[in-house]
Amino acid sequence: MTVATQSPRTARIPLDKGGARRPRRVRRLLGRLLPLGPALLLLAVFFAGPLIWSVYTAFTDMALSGAATTEFTGLENFRRMFSDPVFVKSLELTVIFVIGSAVIGQNLLGMLLALILRGRSGAVRTIVNGVVIGAWVVPEVVAGFAWYAFLYKTGTLNAILGHFGLSQDWLYTMPMLAVILANIWRGTAFSMLVYSAALSDVPPELLEAAAVDGASSWKRLRYVTLPLIRRSIVSNLMLITLQTLASFGLIYVMTGGGPGNASSTTPLYMYQEAFRFYQLGYGTAMALVLLVLGALFSLIYLRLIKLEDS
Amino acid sequence: MHGRRKIVAAAGALLLGAASVSGCTLSSGSASSSSKTITVAYQEFGSFIQLNTEMQTLKKQYEAAHPGTTVQLEPIQASENDYYTKLTLMNRSASTAPDVMYEDTFLINSDIQAGYLAPLDSYLSKWSDWSEFTATAKSAAVGQDGKTYGVPMGTDTRALYYNKTLFEQAGIAVPWQPKTWADVLSAAETIKAKLPGVTPLNVYSGKGAGEGATMQGLEMLLYGTGDQLYDSATKKWTPSTPGMLASLNFVKQIYTTGLAPDVQDALNPNFGTTLSTELIPQGKLAIDLDGSWLPSTWTPTGAKPWSAWSSTLGVAAMPTQNGQAPGTTSMSGGWVLSVGSHAPDKQAAFDFVSLAENKANALNYDITAGQIAERTDVAADSSYLSTNPMTGFFTNLVKVTHFRPTYPVYPQISDQIQVAMESVMTGQSSPSSAMSTLATQVSGIAGASNVAAG
Repeated sequence: MTVATQSPRTARIPLDKGGARRPRRVRRLLGRLLPLGPALLLLAVFFAGPLIWSVYTAFTDMALSGAATTEFTGLENFRRMFSDPVFVKSLELTVIFVIGSAVIGQNLLGMLLALILRGRSGAVRTIVNGVVIGAWVVPEVVAGFAWYAFLYKTGTLNAILGHFGLSQDWLYTMPMLAVILANIWRGTAFSMLVYSAALSDVPPELLEAAAVDGASSWKRLRYVTLPLIRRSIVSNLMLITLQTLASFGLIYVMTGGGPGNASSTTPLYMYQEAFRFYQLGYGTAMALVLLVLGALFSLIYLRLIKLEDS
Repeated sequence: MHGRRKIVAAAGALLLGAASVSGCTLSSGSASSSSKTITVAYQEFGSFIQLNTEMQTLKKQYEAAHPGTTVQLEPIQASENDYYTKLTLMNRSASTAPDVMYEDTFLINSDIQAGYLAPLDSYLSKWSDWSEFTATAKSAAVGQDGKTYGVPMGTDTRALYYNKTLFEQAGIAVPWQPKTWADVLSAAETIKAKLPGVTPLNVYSGKGAGEGATMQGLEMLLYGTGDQLYDSATKKWTPSTPGMLASLNFVKQIYTTGLAPDVQDALNPNFGTTLSTELIPQGKLAIDLDGSWLPSTWTPTGAKPWSAWSSTLGVAAMPTQNGQAPGTTSMSGGWVLSVGSHAPDKQAAFDFVSLAENKANALNYDITAGQIAERTDVAADSSYLSTNPMTGFFTNLVKVTHFRPTYPVYPQISDQIQVAMESVMTGQSSPSSAMSTLATQVSGIAGASNVAAG
């Protein structure tokens, strides 16, 4: 919306200045753009190229094998998708995964950690930061395998729970809970870092003033701290949501989307259709739907911050 | 400001979502074929190492016979499904497509249709050895245009392996030859009751086992019921038949009553390797419905040498459902060597194929990899017949064997069968609802007019 109001203003500038200075402006613009050239070219080839290609393939029946030609099929892929119960279920699972592990898990736990750590001694911070960030630094596949080994039928958790007669096949009986927990464990560090930085920008005198006025610590958090860091909250939510939406490796390593399709989120289902069953067109069409889902989440967050502003 | 955020968000989602699909297909390959190099792509995975050994030998032989030409071996280390995917991805671009490739006959029609393979008729007509191949072998890689696209490396049959020691402990008489499915189940029940800790019966099932689940699992059942997957008389796919329902019920029964391995294990793509290198040699599995190549894992050059296998294991043909004629059933597939349509020098590529398939090399490979010979001169060779005590048994199964429908859509239908099996074995669907989902999917893949009503 703001873009629309800005563009007429910028477009007006050259008219006001007159035509004589135009060549120099153009030259200056070129001079500025030139150093960006290689980067733009690389982006165009390796980012925009595949992107446009994938939008195109979403409307075709492109397959890895089985047909020599690719035909334009219009909205057929999308029609098929929404009459495919497995796909609809994968969307549900994706939303559950994002809300459970990112919006609730990582976000709240990250903030809680940041709040608790505020004003603690250096040693405590170092130890906690080290432990939490350690989980984040570990490569996705390693993290996935560590959780697999932990939750597997004969894994560490069952070895401990076995003493109490509680052992069960976690990855089989509750695969979604398993991958959500693993993703919280892995991703909390990011939210914690964002909130630690945001909290350090909250002026201490505001909190002190509120305390002097008799505000409880909950009220200080609710009416002073949170409003001040709300932009960080939205940025953080947006980043972790988009990251989690496309999360693939962790789930793939832990459950492979199974058993059956009990933990098959859209990226997993997309992989299965595109690379296991060779339906590239169908797979890229799902990627587009995932993109729309990401945009929807973003819109909700932006709306939230707007409500808060007014 | 908000507008820009939206753009950032959209770009982020695009990067993470869309690019993850498209990026992979555009990945650049390692090898580009020059006129002096022949690239050969094949599978090497888990306990399947015999082909790699064979290829190393062939490379030496070829380079000695053709000075100046380099054979570049590209073993693809991936489980069966991933191998197909990686190979098709390589084939999509002329710069990465191999000159010679190891192709499963189940995928070959799909790849012929996609234009990845070169017809070999003009080369085969000049190759005197071609007349040594059996008629079945010659038809294994014939496309719908009637041309031949590959030279078979050997075929296979499938049957029930059983552990004689465990059977004796459970009090089941050996040699064992079940007459019906019920006989198989009752033997498994006996094992379950008498020998705790031993998995009674393995039938591959689910997406993890890939084509193995369709062929060693469901089709070994289905083709013993009187129904098949494709009716060649009416030229229609037949996904909903009493036989299909009975087969899915069999899968459900063994996986939900503790006769089969734990579902979580069975769904693991590496389960086949675990089975042949651990569970069977350690005596933890009593009956295994598996392929004729299995003993090659246990030879001294195999992945898991196990000298006692031939005295420990017995083999029985898979019975038909109720013992109906011909009493037993089997499925045959097999792999071929094909020449890529992008190969710059197809004659050189074919020379490699013909070298790999000459009598001496075919004999050696059939023996080490436990293949059923497809050359008559190899099949008659005494060293082939004495490969192992079961070679004669498996070769005889050719009389009752069946082949998979050779249509380009078969791989996709096979995928849907695995999905149906998995939904049944995990209890997510009943056999009848899994079958109706399967029928819907098959209609979508093959076209409703090509599918018989259930």
